[in-house]
Amino acid sequence: MESMITLPKVMEWLREVKDPEIPVVSLVDLGVITDVAISDNGVKINMTPTFVGCPAMDYMVNDVKSTLNSKGVENVEVIVSFDKQWSSNNISEKGRSALKEFGLAPPPHYDRIVDIEILEQTPCPYCNSTNTELKTPFGPTLCRAIHYCNNCKQAFEQFKPV
Amino acid sequence: MNVEAIKDLLYKMADDQLILGHRNSEWIGQGPLLEEDIAFASMAQDKVGQSYTLYQMLNELGEDVPNQVAFMRKAHQFHNAQFVELPIGEYDFSLIRHFLFDTADYHRFDMLINSSVEPISLLARKLKGECRYHSMHADSWIKKLGNGTDESISRLQSSLNYAIPYAFGVFEESRMEEDLITENIFGGEIALRERWIEHVDNVLGQTQLILPDLALESPHFGGRYGEHTEHLQPLLDEMSEVISTDPTADW
Repeated sequence: MESMITLPKVMEWLREVKDPEIPVVSLVDLGVITDVAISDNGVKINMTPTFVGCPAMDYMVNDVKSTLNSKGVENVEVIVSFDKQWSSNNISEKGRSALKEFGLAPPPHYDRIVDIEILEQTPCPYCNSTNTELKTPFGPTLCRAIHYCNNCKQAFEQFKPV
Repeated sequence: MNVEAIKDLLYKMADDQLILGHRNSEWIGQGPLLEEDIAFASMAQDKVGQSYTLYQMLNELGEDVPNQVAFMRKAHQFHNAQFVELPIGEYDFSLIRHFLFDTADYHRFDMLINSSVEPISLLARKLKGECRYHSMHADSWIKKLGNGTDESISRLQSSLNYAIPYAFGVFEESRMEEDLITENIFGGEIALRERWIEHVDNVLGQTQLILPDLALESPHFGGRYGEHTEHLQPLLDEMSEVISTDPTADW
């Protein structure tokens, strides 16, 4: 069984593991899987949290382990580290469109540092209008900000740039 | 590697985050408006999570596990500045503390990105990104309310006057300050305070608030060495209620 484990196969399996709070985005598309190494002994995966205080981290680690176990990978080691750090720029294009469909405005790409200006006029995920305003950079989870769309007159959330 | 100096640095940062995180969480359900309720709750979650990661680093250096260190020590064993243990008071005080403390926090992590201790440098890079949101939030409310009504301005001004000596206590130097600086572990409290003054002065300069004459202030030191106000122990008792009642409880 172990001999059939290949990197593309493992990546495919990891795409089945979703963010527990945003169940349409896989951990691979979210960008929190930073390294996958396959050896004779099993699979070693490096992960990094979106936010240090993210309460979903332990859940995600266990999910990765149990998903790979269910595919027949017996030895799964998951290491959580900050060597390769997560930034919202790491979210894949596929992940971004999934966020938008889920009703969460995707984070804008940014250079070097995040400034409050890039949070203004965030396109509304429902009507695409940029006639929107930032209500607060804090939301129901650490990774979300709250905006209001003046065009379709409703509040919406954004996966915030960090 | 100067392990004792590193531990001292990690302890004060971790304890600051843990204690202010718990204080911030007291705003849940009581914020002056829903968005502020959520903001203080989010910052509380960030800070407690950050303290956990710092306690994990201490654990790797031989200290006890995070839950024991966080919940089973007595007040005199805590290294947090007295500033963060003060009760939340009214919103004006909590906002001023948020501004003064989180400005220091942001610049501390920015400086630590250059630390010679790689795990500290890596973590600092991460925490700086999170603290940037805290600092932006504080700056924007200070500017709004510092140019608001007579009441908002006078309330913030009196909280500012009260808070400054405590805020200075954040920059109390370590016994091993020289080692930290010469070994490039941390640029030092004095350098941090200079950056803090510049930032605070810049924001207040855009408001009608007046920074008190810092030369006349005497800092409330002692927190870094275990001397605390009467407010810390009751907070610790509350935080550790579950673990003290049942040390084997899982939560």
